[in-house]
Formats: sequence, C-alpha cells, structure tokens
Amino acid sequence: MHTERSEKAAACGTPLTSVWPSGHFDWQKDISGCGVFGVISRSRALIPGTVPVEAMRLMRDRGNGLGGGFAAYGIYPEFAHLYAFHLMCDDEDALERGARTLAEHFDIHHSEPVPTRKVARVGDAPLLRRFFVKPKEVRTRWAFASDDDYVVNAVMFINARVPGVFVASSGKNMGAFKGVGYPEDMAEFYRLDEYKAYIWTAHNRFPTNTPGWWGGAHPFCLLDTGIVHNGEISSYGINRRYLAEHGYECVLQTDTEVVAYLLDLLIRRHGLSREIAAQVFAPPLWEEIDAMPRERREHFTALRTVYGSAMLGGPFAILVSDGRGLMGLNDRMKLRPLVVGEHGDTVYMSSEESAIRRVCPDVTRVWTPRAGEPVMVDLDSPRPAAETL
Amino acid sequence: MPSFQFSDFFVECDEARCTRCRACERQCSYGVHAWDEAARRMTRDSRLCVGCHRCAALCPAHCLSIRRPDPGFRPNALWTPEILRAIGRQAESGGVLLSGAGSPVPKPSYWDRLLLDASQVTNPPMDPLREPMELRTVLGARPDRLEAGPEGRIRSLDSPVLVSEYPILFAAMSFGAISYNIHEGMARAAAELGIYANTGEGGLHPDLYAYGDRIIVQVASGRFGVHRDYLRAGAAMEIKIGQGAKPGIGGHLPGAKIDAEVSRTRMIPEGSDALSPAPHHDIYSIEDLLQLIRTLKEATEDSKPVSVKVAAVHNIAAIVSGIVRAGADMVVIDGFRGGTGAAPAMIRDNVGIPIELALAAADNRLREEGIRHRASIVASGGIRCSADALKAIALGADAVAIGSAALIACGCTLCGHCYTGKCPWGIATNQPELKKRQKPAEVARRLVNLVRAWGHEMEEMLGGMGLNAIEGLRGNRDKLRGVGLSRLELDILGVKHAGL
Repeated sequence: MHTERSEKAAACGTPLTSVWPSGHFDWQKDISGCGVFGVISRSRALIPGTVPVEAMRLMRDRGNGLGGGFAAYGIYPEFAHLYAFHLMCDDEDALERGARTLAEHFDIHHSEPVPTRKVARVGDAPLLRRFFVKPKEVRTRWAFASDDDYVVNAVMFINARVPGVFVASSGKNMGAFKGVGYPEDMAEFYRLDEYKAYIWTAHNRFPTNTPGWWGGAHPFCLLDTGIVHNGEISSYGINRRYLAEHGYECVLQTDTEVVAYLLDLLIRRHGLSREIAAQVFAPPLWEEIDAMPRERREHFTALRTVYGSAMLGGPFAILVSDGRGLMGLNDRMKLRPLVVGEHGDTVYMSSEESAIRRVCPDVTRVWTPRAGEPVMVDLDSPRPAAETL
Repeated sequence: MPSFQFSDFFVECDEARCTRCRACERQCSYGVHAWDEAARRMTRDSRLCVGCHRCAALCPAHCLSIRRPDPGFRPNALWTPEILRAIGRQAESGGVLLSGAGSPVPKPSYWDRLLLDASQVTNPPMDPLREPMELRTVLGARPDRLEAGPEGRIRSLDSPVLVSEYPILFAAMSFGAISYNIHEGMARAAAELGIYANTGEGGLHPDLYAYGDRIIVQVASGRFGVHRDYLRAGAAMEIKIGQGAKPGIGGHLPGAKIDAEVSRTRMIPEGSDALSPAPHHDIYSIEDLLQLIRTLKEATEDSKPVSVKVAAVHNIAAIVSGIVRAGADMVVIDGFRGGTGAAPAMIRDNVGIPIELALAAADNRLREEGIRHRASIVASGGIRCSADALKAIALGADAVAIGSAALIACGCTLCGHCYTGKCPWGIATNQPELKKRQKPAEVARRLVNLVRAWGHEMEEMLGGMGLNAIEGLRGNRDKLRGVGLSRLELDILGVKHAGL
C-alpha cells in the first residue's frame, strides 16, 4: 500500500493521457483466493442486507479477514438519476482534495458521510463519504465525452492522480461497501442490515501476498458494473496492457480491476452484449470452433482473433452485476467453484451450495453451470436463462 | 605472396579403429581427407577443415575426432587469434571478410537473462496431458473492435489473416542459398504442421506451388523470381527490407550456386551472380513502402496479408510504427543474431541490436500509439528453443520465425561456410552430389518433429503458468523476470527483476 501510495503521489501532475509512465511495469499485484455470493430478485423485490451477510458468514473459511465487501443495487431510489460516488479517503486533507476534484467536474446534489458504526474488529477505516452528482454542463476536461465516459475518466483521474483518494463505486442507484475485515464485520461496520436491494453481490477475500487494503477489496465497481471474483487471472499482464492501450489505468493492485474495465470496454464502449463479453472472457476451444457451422465458426474466430488480449486466463468464478441483472461465469476449465440456486423469482449464485441453502432452505433448483458458459439473470425477465444444465 | 595458414581444427583418426572405408574422403567437400595408396591408409590436411563434423558423424567406425587446437599465440585480450587471422586473410586477399550463419561472437543474449513464471498453490498449474492447450496463432491485421449484427452474430473478418497451428514459422531462406530438397522439406513440414514456410528472396520453385497455401512468398530488392503467379501462389507476401545478419546491405548469391533450377526459379542466367541491392530501387522512403504494399495487395485482389521484414536497428520502434502505418499486416523483426548464407563478417558481428530489446521497444511503441492490433509481430534472429520462443511471445511477439534452428535440425553444425556452396551436409549447396544428401521427406520429418517437440514444451510451460491458450501469454510481461539486468535494461524490456 505504501509503495502504491508513493507511486501515485509521484505520478500526480502527469497528464491522464499518459498511461505509460516510466516503470509502468513495476508495480504490485495482489494474489488472492476467495468466496463469492450474489442474489437477485427478478421482480425487484427488496432483499435485506442480512441475506448476503449470512451467506458470507457461512463461507468464512474462504477468506482470511483481509478483505470483505458488498455491492447493493436499488439502494438510492431518491437519487436514482445521479451518479453515486463512494469515496475512500486517507484523511481530512484527502477528503478535501477528493471533494474539490468532484466539485470541479460535477454538480454535487447531495453528499453525506457513509453511515458506519464502530466495530472492534474493524480498525483503521478510511474516511468514507458519498456524493450524488451530475456531470457539469460546461466542462473544462473531456468536453466531448458522453456522461458515462466523463465519469469513467473522472474515476481514472481520481484513482491515479489524487493522492489518498479512491473511488469505491460510481454507478447510479448502487453502491459498494467494502474494506479490510471479514465480510460480516464489514457488514456490521457499514450497517448493511439497514439496507435493502434487489441485487446484492458479496465477497470474502484471502489475499496471500500483501496486506489487504480498503480500496483493493471487492466488489470492484465502475459505473453501474460491479465485479466479485474468485481466482487469479493468469493473463493479467496482457489484459492490463491491452486496457492501457484503450486509456484504462490499472492502479488498484487487484486483477479483478481488469475484469471491470474489460466489461466497460466491451459492453459500453464497443457496444457488445454481455453474452459476447462472456465469450471473449472464456471462448470455446479452437477445436470446438472448427467443428461449428460456418456462421458460428466465423463469429468465434473473429472474436478470438480481435479480442485475444481480453481473454481471461487461469481459473476464475466471477459475478457481475450491472444494475440490469446478474451474471455468473466460470473459466473454460471450471477451476473455481460456482453454484446457482433458484427459488421463485430469486436467483442465488455462490461459491458454495451451503451458503445458498443457509439463506434459502427451500431452494427449488440448484445447479452447477458448465465451464465457460455464463448464467444470466435479468431484472424483470420472465425466467432465468439458466438452462445450461 | 606466400600464404600464412593456421589450422582452425585438428582432425584426428584412431588408426587402430579405422576400417579404411574412405567414407570420410567421400563426405568431405573441402578435401581434408585423402587416401594414401602407397601406405594403404587415410591422410588428413587439417588446415582445410571447416569443422562441419560431417565426416565424424558418418564414420562407421567412429574413429574420427575433430578438436579445436590451442592456437598457441601469446595470450592477448585485445588482439585475439580471430583478429590476427582476419587481418592476415585480408592482407592476402584485399577483400571483405565473408561469413555464413548467425554471428558467433559473444554478444549479450537476453533470453538467458529472462526467466518464465510458474503457478504455485494460489493458482493451479494446468496439465497439458489432461487439459486442452491452445497454441493456434492468427497473424495479420485486425480491427480494434467488432460489431455484432442484429442477431448478436459477428461477421467474419474482412482482412485476410494467416492461421498457424503453432506460434512458429520457418524463417526466410532462399532457394539457391539452400538446396531444393531443404526447400521442399520445409514446405512439406509447414503443410503437415499447419504453419508457414517462407521462400526467402529466391522465388518459389514451380514444383512447390502445390504448397502455396502454407508459404509466404518474399519480394526482396533483387526481385528474383517475382511475377504475378508467384505473388498469387502464396498465403501471404513479404517485402524484405533487411535482415538481422546484414542490416543495411543487399545480398550476394555467387554464380557457382546458380544452377539450372535456381536460374529458372530466380529468372536469371545460369552461373551469374545474383546481387540484391541494399535498398529496393523503388523504396527510398516510407511512403514508397506504402505504395509497394498497396501494389502487392492490388496484384492479389486484397486477398493476402502483406508482411514487411526489417533488421533490428537502433530506431526500430519508430521504424516498425512507420511500417504499420504504411499498411503492413505483419512485421518481421530480425535481430542481430539472425542467420545468413553469406554476409560480411564485420557487418554480421557489429551492426544491429538484440531482438529482445527491439521486440520489446516495438511492441511498446505500437501499444502507445494504439496501433498494435493493426499488425502482427514476428520475432526472429537466434531463436534457439521453445523457451526462447515463449519469452519472445511474452515480450510481445505474435510468433517467432526459426531459420538456423530448422537447418540445425537437418544436420547443420554452424560451421559458417555456407557462402562457399560446398556444404557437406547438403543444405547450403546446389552441387548435385552434395544436395542429394538431404531427402525432402526426411527433412520434413525432422522439422515436423522439432516443431512438435517445441510445441509440447511450450504447452508444458504455458500450463505451468496457469494458462491454456497462447493469447494469455502474448505481451504478458508479468510472466517474465530478469536476472542480472540493469534497471535500464529492465525498463526497456518492461520486466521486473527476479525477486520482485
């Protein structure tokens, strides 16, 4: 964390367009194993925070107390049209810098401290404040960017250039609540029992090489997209360089960050569907592609040819929530666990089946998605597209 | 003027084991071995030996040994025996010192200072015996993004690409510099492996047009053997600007190597020297290259990718960027250890830069400029083994090309006398009695075995790194660490030092 801080301080003042600072390769990456959990109500019924918390509590063994977090969707209905920035700041000075940067770029409609309660097992929390903002009409920077691009640029700018400040989430009607500690401790700290959401994702972290730090905990969020991830992305080095070509600067020391940026690139900027993004991350084998009918073969050949550097290597189970739905995806070999459960119009995705049964003893259907095949459940959709049994 | 001659090698015979079969005499094209009828025994003139080891390799009694004698000069760190010999030769001949094969001088090898990663516990290594491993490599220009049609279907790519089953190509080696049988063997191996062979600058023998979809046809400054059907015969076309062994100069194939078949293929008279000029006479700047790329594409109805091959020189990153902007679909960067059939020794040993640094710089530059997707990069020049190839890919190459390694697979021992046309291994020669020593089927077998063996090793190493597709390694410099490299070298290579 200290290394990262000083690098960031050193980088201050360099233009944002320079995503290749000298020594850009020399950085630290976290290695971790993890537990993930997600739940969505297709009918937007509000699910209390106690559900993901109880599920994570059961999977305590999957973490080591160095990182836990939650993302919740549908929690700010009164500000649903505004971008909700959750800021983590090292100290008062940092908070002032962060607030000033936001004020320079956005009209701030409302801001308040993120409500917390004191928890003995959670120490050294950063200053946490949330801002509900709208991009300024007259912009001194990124004048030709769409609102979403403008927000992405602002997030990149703050994370890379404003010392001591990190943007934990920046979407609409959603927020990330994360930090160093077991997930159930973080939940108590953030008073998640007081929230209700129609999509929750949760994460329990087992970092193995660096002390966990608040900004690096999952979920990792950009705009409405939030990722929780179990696994280590072996292709990280090229994913990161590929993203740098497209102006994404990876500064958060976690390989999960690349998944969030890749989704932003593929879906929001290139206009591809979530299905296609999943196919880019975990494409069929060439051997399978060769055996496909012509149209499908051309589809996958083009995808692998153009987006090879966005493919995710190594084992992973990821849950992606984007405000519209929840997606679960495994690597091509299914080297990390992922189980899906269904009860009425509520769908659960979890590292372990036990966690689903803990919070939903009457679960009607439980299945294990196949390697590389995404499970997608959308809000307001009639049935989960879950027939990958 | 008397000639001062010293022996590079001592050829010795264990007389007790020698069966007087005279195989050594038949095998040596340099006349080292002779039969002494009066004494009924073999004699040897070691001064003529080039150290190719053909005689020793084929001696049925295993009675020959070739040693490197201590030259016996007073030790001198500056004026080495090689320097003394070179000056002596030039004082006698007044000529340029010729050499063959890649540079033997001890220039730094960064491959040996780079180490690959492997997974331990936090990530599982994958086992190629149990899990699929993918080495297939697509080469050529690609768009920076795709658009899905109405049914979420993506159409096939517009730009033509090469699909290679291994990230390994056979490097450009011309027919004439090497024998027909080697050329046919390479073409057959490329077809069997699903990779690509490269004609080099000497055209494509009519009998090999059948392998065209696995052949890259080269267009060099001499334009030997270049005509419409030749361009259309290949899977891709390559404009050769330069070669790692001799950046900045053209080529010279001595008339002695131009027999009837080479003459027919190159479209030049039998026995005449084939001289390629240093520049293409229609390329004096980058915009001229753009026109030639365009011309080649027009000649083939935009159906084939165009590659441009350059030697790794000081300003390589900017050069490669210019080539990509000029419309090349592939760029071959040939490092200073690249092989050659004939090059002035001074140039081979002193001009150009290491492929590792050139590759890293070029890959970085293209990414900084956001044009990396517009061309594939092929690295060549001293790729010796599957680990070198994987390290090149991790630095940013899409594929590597192997020339020397392919010839070594056929028996070459890097004696470095390719330019004499007397290659006793039947590789760099067109003399009928020598070239028949290589059989196309056998050449193909050896090359197929070599590439498959490297493929297995690459799969093992890739799986060890927790990857099951080569895409995850390409340009993934996190998988490399340097040992014993300076901060500046690490910065250029874009890798961390081991331990970090």
